[in-house]
Amino acid sequence: MYDVLIIGCGVTGAAAAFQLSKYRLKVGILERENDVALGTTKANSAILHAGYDPEPGTLMAKLNVRGVELARELCQKLDVPYHNCGSLVLAFSEEERPAVEELYRRGIENGVPGLRLLTGDEARALEPNLSGEVVAALHAPSAAICSPWEYCLALAETAVKNGVELHLSTAVTGLERTAEGWTVRTSSGEFQSRFVLNAAGVDAAIVHDLAAPHAFDIHPSRGQYYLLDKSEGGRVSRVIFQCPSKVGKGVLVAPTVHGNLIVGPDAERVEGNDTATTGDGLCFVRETARKSVPSVNFRESIRNFAGVRASTDRGDFILEESAPGFIDLAGICSPGLSAAPAIGEYAVELLQKAGLALERKDDFVCERRRTRFKELPPQERGALVEREPAFGRVICRCETITEGEILEALHGPIPPCSVDGVKRRVNAGMGRCQGGFCGPRVVDILARELHKSPGEIVQDQAGSWLLDRETKTNAEPNVGRDDLGAPLNSAHGGPSRPALQSTEGGASHV
Amino acid sequence: MYDLIVIGGGPAGLAAACAAWEGGLRKILIVERDRELGGILNQCIHNGFGLHHFKEELTGPEYAGRFVKLLGETGVEVRLDTMVLEVTGHRQVHMVGKSTGYRVEEAKSIVLAMGCRERTRGAIAIPGTRPAGVFTAGAAQRYVNMEGWMPGKRVVILGSGDIGLIMARRMTLEGAKVLACVEVMPYSGGLNRNIVQCLHDYDIPLYLSHTVTDIRGRDRVEQVVVSQVDASRNPIPGTEMVFDCDTLLLSVGLIPENELTRQAGIEIDRRTNGAVVYENMETSLPGVFACGNVCHVHDLVDFVTAESQKAGAAAAAYVRGGGAAAPDRVLEVKNGDGVTYTVPQRIRPHRVDKLCGLFFRVNRVCGDSEILVKSGDTQIARFKREHLAPGEMERIDLPRALLDRAEGELTVSIREVEQ
Amino acid sequence: MKELICIVCPKGCHLKVDEEKGFAVTGNACPRGAEYGKLELTNPTRVVTSTVRCEGGAHPRCPVKTDRAVPKGKIADVMRALDTVSLTAPVRVGQVVLENVCGTGVDVVATRDLICP
Repeated sequence: MYDVLIIGCGVTGAAAAFQLSKYRLKVGILERENDVALGTTKANSAILHAGYDPEPGTLMAKLNVRGVELARELCQKLDVPYHNCGSLVLAFSEEERPAVEELYRRGIENGVPGLRLLTGDEARALEPNLSGEVVAALHAPSAAICSPWEYCLALAETAVKNGVELHLSTAVTGLERTAEGWTVRTSSGEFQSRFVLNAAGVDAAIVHDLAAPHAFDIHPSRGQYYLLDKSEGGRVSRVIFQCPSKVGKGVLVAPTVHGNLIVGPDAERVEGNDTATTGDGLCFVRETARKSVPSVNFRESIRNFAGVRASTDRGDFILEESAPGFIDLAGICSPGLSAAPAIGEYAVELLQKAGLALERKDDFVCERRRTRFKELPPQERGALVEREPAFGRVICRCETITEGEILEALHGPIPPCSVDGVKRRVNAGMGRCQGGFCGPRVVDILARELHKSPGEIVQDQAGSWLLDRETKTNAEPNVGRDDLGAPLNSAHGGPSRPALQSTEGGASHV
Repeated sequence: MYDLIVIGGGPAGLAAACAAWEGGLRKILIVERDRELGGILNQCIHNGFGLHHFKEELTGPEYAGRFVKLLGETGVEVRLDTMVLEVTGHRQVHMVGKSTGYRVEEAKSIVLAMGCRERTRGAIAIPGTRPAGVFTAGAAQRYVNMEGWMPGKRVVILGSGDIGLIMARRMTLEGAKVLACVEVMPYSGGLNRNIVQCLHDYDIPLYLSHTVTDIRGRDRVEQVVVSQVDASRNPIPGTEMVFDCDTLLLSVGLIPENELTRQAGIEIDRRTNGAVVYENMETSLPGVFACGNVCHVHDLVDFVTAESQKAGAAAAAYVRGGGAAAPDRVLEVKNGDGVTYTVPQRIRPHRVDKLCGLFFRVNRVCGDSEILVKSGDTQIARFKREHLAPGEMERIDLPRALLDRAEGELTVSIREVEQ
Repeated sequence: MKELICIVCPKGCHLKVDEEKGFAVTGNACPRGAEYGKLELTNPTRVVTSTVRCEGGAHPRCPVKTDRAVPKGKIADVMRALDTVSLTAPVRVGQVVLENVCGTGVDVVATRDLICP
């Protein structure tokens, strides 16, 4: 019997687990994927917002400001890449100036420190690459950037170190009220718990409906992004926003803690977990971003991605006890990452109000360190390699990540089981070649350390297989067969004959 | 203190080290990040290498093996499994290896021979989902040829560069179904012989002026959508074809790997993405040379070898001469009509022995053409070609006597002869 | 008259072969092109390159090639035959790994050294 079971291990579930692990409780996390942080947490702007955006008096306003205050200390203690770079919101015309001023007023009311209204020239003095069109800007020095997946991982790892049980690849299929609390049915058996926290992200409404009458809808809103090479990382040194609209905070241009430049997102309502990028969406992102920073060089793109945000019709986080002992932590769209540790605190308060007795642990450990070879000075690198030769073998050459760091992650509190799991823990494969070089080597290490065949290693979530079969296993060569690879449907006929020159265009040389 | 440190033990580094040894240097170190020498040749198991250099047709591993053997007959020191992390402007080389630890070595001269990397999905912004099953052709080649694993069963290949074409045949022979090779340009980026023996031989369709416009599948690639593109390479709505496949291989270009070069403050040519070099492959940093694919992307390893021998010999001459020579007359080589880039970008005529080889690429397919070299408004040389294509690197040799008469700039351009 | 791209070398000459005049080849830059043009229309052949299993070496596969070209129609048979080969390190470049493959009179040879790590 658990005291609390948390459904979902994105940053919200991890933060709740972290806060609960300070108390003498039996806590478990049920995560349907094979790793933590696989939903919205791994695909967002990676911004810890200052807190001038949410409407005063909302949970969003309160928890955003509190969350970023907690994050500053947590990221330091838990060794999470964090940079307090500040942000600017730009007005491009006199018509937009009132919107920026309104954000300033909200910010003051929400208790955001250090806010300042700037002229266009003052803004350009801070950020020389800003557009000449900027007439005014709101400067928020308390805004920060972080590594969202490492933040989630650090919270989850610390929770695990303090006794929380993490059940990966465990999808919740049913919830049933019992005399003592809840029975949670999952893909890997039944769990009993006195209390349940619903931190299921985009699927939180589905989980809610398993336990309580339908109360809210989640309208997943997809945002598409560009991630640019480090050569563009210095294009701006603060998070550059445009004036927010009804659909979101708009397209931003920002440095990342890894030294890249992130550009995005658009906002488009989609069905379910649709994280595909589209030609139109990416084009919109490029064009809109150039309005803020005209010189962004999109030829330096190294990756595109999209994430879905769990927007609801309520316009605020949904943090409430929806059935006895069943608490929703739902509708966590932006500023969810910023608010996460405060949402965790709030969840603890809600549990206490619902009857959970809390007793502080005196052996709570709030500490985490990982080796970052690249950041060490030469003498320390030498000493480290001498002690542990695996730190002398560079696996990811773009990011200078060593085998030692990968092995360290594999022996950590939540070991990775996939190539991207390794990437999220140590950055191997995050650089400009996107794993082209280190991918096969990471597969090799995973297979060796997990005692698996390379064919069993996945790219990311279950089902994302990488290798089909070994060569030399009597596969029939595809030679001289008639079944030409016809496309399923073709707007202009079947496959053409192989040609050196296009049959449609230009002079033929054949 | 080494006479020469060669960074990279692929074909470029091997040839440069051997040439420097022949040139009289005796303290030479090759630093190689892999566990063996030979670089990418080790996974290029197909034949077609060596016709120029060895006058016979070899496979990649054989070609590499010949040079490894030659190197074995010299006293060149080799550090394997060792990664260079930094090259300073004072020719200090920071490196780390499992067995060698963290070291900083100094050298009188350096040859940069780090090769290149492949462009990825992110670089060309292919929309769609992000499932497993999208590989660069080179990564797939490593899996198939060296690790002995097939990355998929049904394959679409984007890009008709040589690696993509070679992998089309290789995957087919190993039992995969290659459904299509898709090329955004109206002509192939690979050698014609590879289109014949890798695609035609196995009835693999080549779609020119087409590109991949969508990738579908949550966990693993399930479909890719291919569309025709217009003259400005924008997809034409209504031309979509859907291929049921589990794998997309990308052969969409190579990028010289110049992070160390940039860090060292060496001038880079934004067209080659490699260092700007003089006639002897010396970069803007005296005593530092660049050769092979780190300098500009080649299509034939034989040319890499020739260029690297030049760099190795020049490094030897530099060290023997006691360092940087006095500054001398420099001709800037400019790209005229039809020319994408030239290597070298700068020529010091009095350093040229008899002939100065000049590599370049054209920006379009041309039939009967003339290659014109001008100094100012005066044409100083003219070369004829029956066929020119962007996928095929061209070479002309400029005699020293002509260079001596040239002033200021040389411009290389293409004029297609009217038929 | 048949038009071909020569595959003998990277140059890729555009050949014309006249079947009616004893497979006379034009457009070739060297004698090997003339030979290829004729052969391609009478008995096309290819060198096959692939790998075979190898135990105990630095890599689990050893690259190999047919030491001469084999008839195009035999390529699939050669590939099937290679599935049955398994080497044990050390392997030397040039070492015959399969003699007279599929009765072609051509040997399959290793194209690299594979020593025990």
